[in-house]
Amino acid sequence: MKITIASGKGGTGKTTISTNLSSYLAKEADVVLADLDVEEPNSKLFIEGNLIFEKACDKMVPQWKKEECTLCGNCEEVCRFNAVIKVGDEILVFPELCHSCYACSELCPTESLPMMPQKIGELKHFKTENLDFVEGRLDIGEEQAVPLISQVIEYIDEKFSQDTIKLFDAPPGTSCPVIEASRGSDFVILVTESTPFGLNDLKLAVETMRVLCQKFGVVINRHGIGDNGVEEYCNAEGIPIIAKIPNDRRVAELYSKGELIYPKIQEFETALKQIAQFVGGVK
Amino acid sequence: MKEVVIISGKGGTGKTSFAASFAYLEKENAVIADCDVDAANMHLLLEADFRYQEDFYSGEIAVIDEENCINCGECKEVCRFDAIHVIDDQHRVDPISCEGCWYCSRVCPVEAIDMKTQKVGDFYLSMTKAQSEMVHAKLGFAAENSGKLVAKVKNEAKKLTLANKKEFLIVDGSPGVGCPVISSLSGADLALLVTEATVSGLHDLKRVYKLVKSFNIEAACIINKYDLNIDVTKEIEAFLEEEDITLITKIAYDETFAKALSQAKTIIEYGDSSLKTEIEKSWQYIKNILRS
Repeated sequence: MKITIASGKGGTGKTTISTNLSSYLAKEADVVLADLDVEEPNSKLFIEGNLIFEKACDKMVPQWKKEECTLCGNCEEVCRFNAVIKVGDEILVFPELCHSCYACSELCPTESLPMMPQKIGELKHFKTENLDFVEGRLDIGEEQAVPLISQVIEYIDEKFSQDTIKLFDAPPGTSCPVIEASRGSDFVILVTESTPFGLNDLKLAVETMRVLCQKFGVVINRHGIGDNGVEEYCNAEGIPIIAKIPNDRRVAELYSKGELIYPKIQEFETALKQIAQFVGGVK
Repeated sequence: MKEVVIISGKGGTGKTSFAASFAYLEKENAVIADCDVDAANMHLLLEADFRYQEDFYSGEIAVIDEENCINCGECKEVCRFDAIHVIDDQHRVDPISCEGCWYCSRVCPVEAIDMKTQKVGDFYLSMTKAQSEMVHAKLGFAAENSGKLVAKVKNEAKKLTLANKKEFLIVDGSPGVGCPVISSLSGADLALLVTEATVSGLHDLKRVYKLVKSFNIEAACIINKYDLNIDVTKEIEAFLEEEDITLITKIAYDETFAKALSQAKTIIEYGDSSLKTEIEKSWQYIKNILRS
C-alpha cells in the first residue's frame, strides 16, 4: 500500500507525521518511508539509520557534437523550452531548461545531439532496526524536482514488495512535484493546521486531489491554535477528518531537536493510532 | 526602487506573516508581490480586493483528433512522459502527464495531433487594506509552470513599482529551492531568510542560502521561535556569522501569530505587543540595509 502525506501549505507537520507514523507502523509491519520533498528533505533529521545504498540521479540532456552538425537549426526549432539555441556556428544547450523530451536529439538529421546523463541529485537508502528510509536530494541550482521524485518512486517500486507499507513525505504546494508524489498512491493524507492559511491551502490541495481522482483525508495539526474553519469546511464537504493533534509546545520542542514525538507524548501516539486504523481500513 | 524577497527553504516559518506586517507598516510606499503562487496566502492578511484579473496561459498540451487518428502508435512511441495511452482502442492524451514538448505532434504521420495552449492560472492586481498595490496569482489545480507564473508576478510588480515611483517592492517567496524560488529571487536587492530554531529550519536555511549565494544576492536573516531550542539558535547564529549574513532579530515562539491570523490581521494591527515592536524595528533595520 502506498500513502502520500501532503499539505498545500508548508510547515504544517508533514515530516512530523511521516517520520512518526512510519516508525510507529514499523513496530508491526514492513514499512518504507520515502522523503520526496527533494528540494528540502528533512526526514533524515528524525531517523537514524545506516546507509546501505546510494546513487547519483541523472536526467538526460542533449550534448552537442559538432563534427557532423550541419547547423541546420532543426534542434532550436523543435525545442519548446528554449533549452537548445543556435548562436553563430555553435549549438548551445541549457540543461536546466531541458525537459528531456528527446525531440531535438532524435529529430536531428545528423545525430549530433546524443542524450547524455547529467547529475541532478542523489538517492540514499538507510536502514534502521525495523524501518527502511529512502531520501531524494536535489542539487542546489537544479530547477526541476519531478525527474528526481519519479526516480525515487521507481526505486521504491523495484525494491519493495506489494505488502510493504510505503509512506511518501511530499513537498508542499499543489504543483508538479506534489502531483508526482501523489498520483500513484492509494491514499493521500492532507496535513493542515486550524488557521485561515491552513484552510486556504487545504482547499487548493483538496481541489488538486479531486482533479487527480485521489482518495484523501485530513489530519488537523496544532488543533486549537487558531479557529474552527478547517473543521467546518471538512464537515461541509464530507471530507473525513482522520485525526486532530492538539496544539502543544512540547511537540514543537521535540521536533526542534530532531526527536520523534509519539514515544514521549501520549496524545500524539493516540492520533497516530487513529491514522493507522484509518489507513488500514482503506482499500 | 529596492526589492526584498522573503524566503525560507522550509515552509511554515512565518514568511507571510512577516511580509504582510512589513507591507502594512510601509503602506502605499511599497508594492507587494505574492510569489508563492501554488499556495498564495497574502491576500487573506492584507484583504486584497482582486480588482483586476487576467487568465494566465503557459505551455501547451497535445490533443488527438480522433476522427483523423489512424492509431499507428508513433506518438506513444516517442512520448517520454507516459502521457499517451490506448483506451478503448483509441490513443488518448493524459493532460496531467503531457509536458507540451510537441514531439508527438511533429512525428504524427497524419497530422492528427494539435497543441493547445493551456490556461494554468489566474493573475491578479489588487488594492490592499494598507493602501498598497499588490500583485498576486493563483495557479490552477494540478497545473504546471509555476516558475513562469512567478516570473510574471515578479515582472509586473517591478513595472508597477517603477511606474508609480514606489520606494520598495516586498516579495513573499515560496518554500523549497526549485524553479519557483529561483524565479522569485531573480534581480532582488536583498534576500530575507526567515528560519526557525529547529533542526529542519537550520538544514533548510543552509540549502536555500547556497542558492542565494550563487545569485550573489545580499542576505539577512530572522530567526523565528528562537527559544524553542537555544542550542539550534546558537548554531544558526554561528552559521550566519560564518557566512556574513546580517541577523535582523530573534523572535520568541509566540502564538500571537496564529491568533492574529485567525482574525485576518497582521501582527501590527493585532494590538500592542513586544512582538509588534520587534517587527517594527526589524522593518526599519531592513529598510536601512536596502537604502545603504
